[in-house]
Amino acid sequence: MSSTTRRAVLTGVFGAAIVSFAGAVSAQSVVKIGAVAPKSGPLAAGAAITHWPNVKLWVSQVNARGGLKLKSGRAKIELIEYDDRTNPGETIKAVQRLATQDKVDFILAPYGSGLNLASAPIFAKYGYPQITSTSITDKADVLAKRYPGIFFTLGTTTSFASAVADILKKMRDAGQIGSRIAMVNVADAFGIELANAARPIFKKAGFQIVYDKSYPLGTQDLSPVVKGAKASNPDAFVAWSYPPDTFGLTAQAKINGLNVKAFYTAVATAFPAFKGKFGKSIEGILGAGGVNPDTPEMQAYFKAHKKVTGKPADFWASPMVYATYQILEKAIEGVGSLDRKAVTAYIKSHSFDTVMGPIDFVNQSNEKFWTVGQWQNGVFYGVSSTGRPGAKSVKIKPSW
Amino acid sequence: MDIIVTGLLLGGTYALIAMGLQLQYGVARIMNLANGEILVAGAFAAFWFYTGVQLSPFLSIIVVAPLAFAVNWAIYRYLMLPLVNRSKSHGEFEVDCILATFGLSFILVGLMLALFGGEYFSYSYLERPYEILGQPYGLNRVAAFLVSAVLAAVIYFWLSRTRMGLALRAVAVDPSSAGLVGINVPRASALAFSLGGAVTAAGGASISAFLTTDASIGIIFTLKALVIVIMGGVAEIRGTIVAALILGLTETAVASLIDPGLTLAAAYSLFILILLTRPEGLFGRRAS
Repeated sequence: MSSTTRRAVLTGVFGAAIVSFAGAVSAQSVVKIGAVAPKSGPLAAGAAITHWPNVKLWVSQVNARGGLKLKSGRAKIELIEYDDRTNPGETIKAVQRLATQDKVDFILAPYGSGLNLASAPIFAKYGYPQITSTSITDKADVLAKRYPGIFFTLGTTTSFASAVADILKKMRDAGQIGSRIAMVNVADAFGIELANAARPIFKKAGFQIVYDKSYPLGTQDLSPVVKGAKASNPDAFVAWSYPPDTFGLTAQAKINGLNVKAFYTAVATAFPAFKGKFGKSIEGILGAGGVNPDTPEMQAYFKAHKKVTGKPADFWASPMVYATYQILEKAIEGVGSLDRKAVTAYIKSHSFDTVMGPIDFVNQSNEKFWTVGQWQNGVFYGVSSTGRPGAKSVKIKPSW
Repeated sequence: MDIIVTGLLLGGTYALIAMGLQLQYGVARIMNLANGEILVAGAFAAFWFYTGVQLSPFLSIIVVAPLAFAVNWAIYRYLMLPLVNRSKSHGEFEVDCILATFGLSFILVGLMLALFGGEYFSYSYLERPYEILGQPYGLNRVAAFLVSAVLAAVIYFWLSRTRMGLALRAVAVDPSSAGLVGINVPRASALAFSLGGAVTAAGGASISAFLTTDASIGIIFTLKALVIVIMGGVAEIRGTIVAALILGLTETAVASLIDPGLTLAAAYSLFILILLTRPEGLFGRRAS
């Protein structure tokens, strides 16, 4: 054996010893956290704005603090990420793999309503808490009974529809608009559910739905939709839309001069890219969600988000995603160990100070959330909530 | 009248999406499933030029198209040519192509995710009303329609009036006989494939002015292009253009007169109807 090979072998043995030693240490001082969400597929773009940056932000902040405080000492987070390709089957497989192969201590909730609901049984089967942040559903009660570890934070379909109705009603009572509403929706689970919820609510509030159409997901030209809406001569325009069509509808409304005093588009209105594209034209546009961006916690969050991930957070679900990680962090530290059952029980019985304000769960649901926001002077302010303080009053949308 | 103009503008957009694939499939005989990714890459490049140096997306074509030409030439040379040489029959080659370009589409999506990130890419360019016969239309769509028309005219005259175009058409009709009369078939195919890629990227750059894109959206454009190319008849650029315009008019008419929710249904009904009555496509030659 030549000396070089001997040295190589020795280095190898020595190296292996170091690795195994490190392994022994890490078994005690590392918390394994799994994350699964789209990095490709139709929801990848939304997840790249709202979901993944917050995972990165939270993990880097916790590790910078020295890790999670457990009774046995500080434990740094080791993150394991999977791309589910926006495919519910893949989400389920990834959660299963995280639970059985990677043996992670906790799993961050997936992205979007559909993927969260699809993977809820598998979270429940392996006893992992699932604190959802980007899931909107009216079935929260039923699901909470079936899955003891699931939590909902972002709100319900009906409350989003009624909040829009309430705002329009207020504007009508103040004599700012009439009662003609043009309503369109994307022909996808989210849009259909919201349109179905909104129809009776609008009618009950005394509104007249003068245009009511859906369009397929991925429609490349929305001008016929906007022209149809304009021809119905509405006082308000409401679109239960997804990101690409939120951009498309707004652009067409501007081109076709659809000037209404209340203009609402749903998902992506709160995205930084929306402001980036439309600039000053966004003034007065209403959209789903919103936050109170003026609190010191939120200011600090926006700053940290920009610094750590290099991109701005959105004004709705981004801070909610982050808030659910804060809840998980505080529950683990409150329990002081990685006992998942105890952590789940802790979440149910405690109130948590988060970037969104205090959050506590009633029947596993957060009942205080933002429902409608509005762009005012370049910032997307919450204008309606189910019990969050700091809502701005609604302004009339100026002409384009 | 409004419906016709809107429909023609949409048809122009569809022609931009489909013309590149027609060149690749009709002449080079490569069913390129990564076509949509090239389109998105063109759109991203235009976005980058616009937000970086305020370069108009239509002017960015001057840079984007040659770049796409080079990239597609490399794809043909190093990925497709080995398949051409290896395959014994056309059927085998077609299957290999579909598998190879399908794989390529994933690689391109991954590259774009790594380079640009997964967010939505959208900017405002010429987003002003432009009046045609008293009705407002997006100026960016009108401009994209003009680009589409110019591209279509150039390609059509190049194919039908020049020697090189004649060679290309010969390859499209019968590659083995074209070889016999002294046409360098691999070179003609490489040219058609690369040119198709350049046209696709130029299309992507033009439509980025009004469509929101993200790294994963390419497959939607590939599917639309495929439907249009097959509807128009694989070997004919005229067929692709006519099919794109018909599709645009049909979708707009259905959306305006009946229900926007039925546009997809109308598009695919039209597709089935054409395939049932003319399986070879609108301008396709009937196999004798």
